[in-house]
Amino acid sequence: MAPFPLQLTELLGKYGAYFIYLLIGFGFGFVLESSGFGNSKKLAAQFYFKDMTVLKVMFGAIVTAMVLVFATSALGMLDYNLIWVNPTYLWPGIIGGLIMGIGFIIGGFCPGTSLVAAATWKLDGIFFALGVLFGIFVFGETVRSIDLFWHSSYLGRFTIMDWLGMPTGWVVLIIVVMALFMFWGSEQLEKIFGGKDPSKAPKFRYVGAGALILGALLLIPLGQPTNADKWDQISAEKEAQLENREVQISPAELLNTIHDHLLNLVMLDIRDEANYNLFHIADAQHVPFDNLAELVPGLHLEPENSVFVVMSNDESAATEAWKFLVAESIPNVYILEGGLNNWLATFAEEDNRIEALESSPDDSLRYQFAAALGGAFPASDPHINEYDLEFIPKIKLELKRGPTSGGCG
Amino acid sequence: MTTITEPKAVPEKRSLLAVFTRRETKPYINPYLGGFLLGVVLFLAFFITGNGLGASGGLNRILVFFEDLVAPGHIDQVPYLITLAGGALNALDSWIVFMTVGTLLGGFFSGWYNGRLKVETNRGPRIGHKARWVFAFLGGAFMGYGARMARGCTSGQALSGGAVLSAGSWAFMLAVFAGAYALAYFVRRLWN
Repeated sequence: MAPFPLQLTELLGKYGAYFIYLLIGFGFGFVLESSGFGNSKKLAAQFYFKDMTVLKVMFGAIVTAMVLVFATSALGMLDYNLIWVNPTYLWPGIIGGLIMGIGFIIGGFCPGTSLVAAATWKLDGIFFALGVLFGIFVFGETVRSIDLFWHSSYLGRFTIMDWLGMPTGWVVLIIVVMALFMFWGSEQLEKIFGGKDPSKAPKFRYVGAGALILGALLLIPLGQPTNADKWDQISAEKEAQLENREVQISPAELLNTIHDHLLNLVMLDIRDEANYNLFHIADAQHVPFDNLAELVPGLHLEPENSVFVVMSNDESAATEAWKFLVAESIPNVYILEGGLNNWLATFAEEDNRIEALESSPDDSLRYQFAAALGGAFPASDPHINEYDLEFIPKIKLELKRGPTSGGCG
Repeated sequence: MTTITEPKAVPEKRSLLAVFTRRETKPYINPYLGGFLLGVVLFLAFFITGNGLGASGGLNRILVFFEDLVAPGHIDQVPYLITLAGGALNALDSWIVFMTVGTLLGGFFSGWYNGRLKVETNRGPRIGHKARWVFAFLGGAFMGYGARMARGCTSGQALSGGAVLSAGSWAFMLAVFAGAYALAYFVRRLWN
């Protein structure tokens, strides 16, 4: 598995991890101040085309970080699945953005820049930061009245690649070219409105532009790792887990987990619809194997105490699904041992609508049903008190790597 | 001060403030260099921690921490605030708070190192100090409110989400610029 991002809390402890964040924040504040972002006049000049520093720094940073993130991801060093990609709430984002634009031009800062302004004793920065706190306070007190809107137009982890249906390399290239065009345009605007001479700007910017284009171009043939690539990276370790039956949990353990309210259990039934309609465990989601990929971003947004259990009639299809999800870095994925056939053998003995068959091909139902009741059989939701089953617990909740919430929570 | 014949006779009395302020003011760095450096910091944040940069989230938690000191009962009644500081939760117990403190320290250090620590109010030529403060507070309030609605500010949404190609972050970023440019003409007296 790609070694980065690191599981900081495990490596350094909670406060060690917090220290790393302090250092990153330090770098952030240092660069903001050094670029002139503690000065509201410089920031506001952006909107009168006199000094385009805001745009240059911001898009310069975006394209630099973007190329580095996707290059390290392409080389198998960074796991993009574990990177926090702000979930899209389209309209709250747009309306909130417009309100912030108004605040920006009236107040002359954004929250981050007002911090460095306040830290360098700029009184307008201090008043702005106080205003931010007041605005946040008002939002916290009134959010209930706009709750419906605030949670509307949710698209989850939705990237530009998803939106355009284009491979990552091409999207990166388009954005780099767009940014370079904007830099060129900014210099023209500064010449007209700010009386600056673009020929005096340092020549190193051409080197930077060339490096960005080159990096973006290399990403196209390199591609981003596929599920199969990611599996290859981890297969040795994970095949051993399958072999040692460390990740196959018994029906008894699953039943216990269903009733464990400290865990957020997500059951994924990956059989075809006919089988699912005949019988399934109550609350198991029906997910055909081909749809697993679409589900991955959502599974990553599940809370830290989540356990995922995949199931098929026996184990072979579920094992494939397990490999797929594990390769996508989903933590705490387990397989229902012996599949639903084993579940029925454990919990459906007394139901005379369910008859065992003599034999059946691998991974097909070994039972015959008098009716297709889906999740409404007693065996779909067995009473935990009626069974006193022993099992060796296998579920070990591992700490989630990477972020559980973004920088704004 | 006029020339004194024996300057070394009286040891100069240095105030603490002078240590911070008596430095030569250096110019800002080139914006492309600034962008590159900021990009490297942002990349390292993602690479090491999986998180991008942020500012408004930290301010939010600092505010909620003080709200919790003043009115803990109130916090426990508002669903949005419960998740931050409900019951025994400490609103400051989050990485984003440490990043925010780091941002303040980094800004302060750079301001000191480059001789830009100075009590002053940056404003347009046609606006007084007090008016500038009022507008700064008002603008900040809009920013704070909008940042919570958009679930992130210029750093947490536009910069961080933009770099990892979140579609919503790009829509948000365009909205911020659109809002500011649309209003810029009407408030030009504030800045020009």
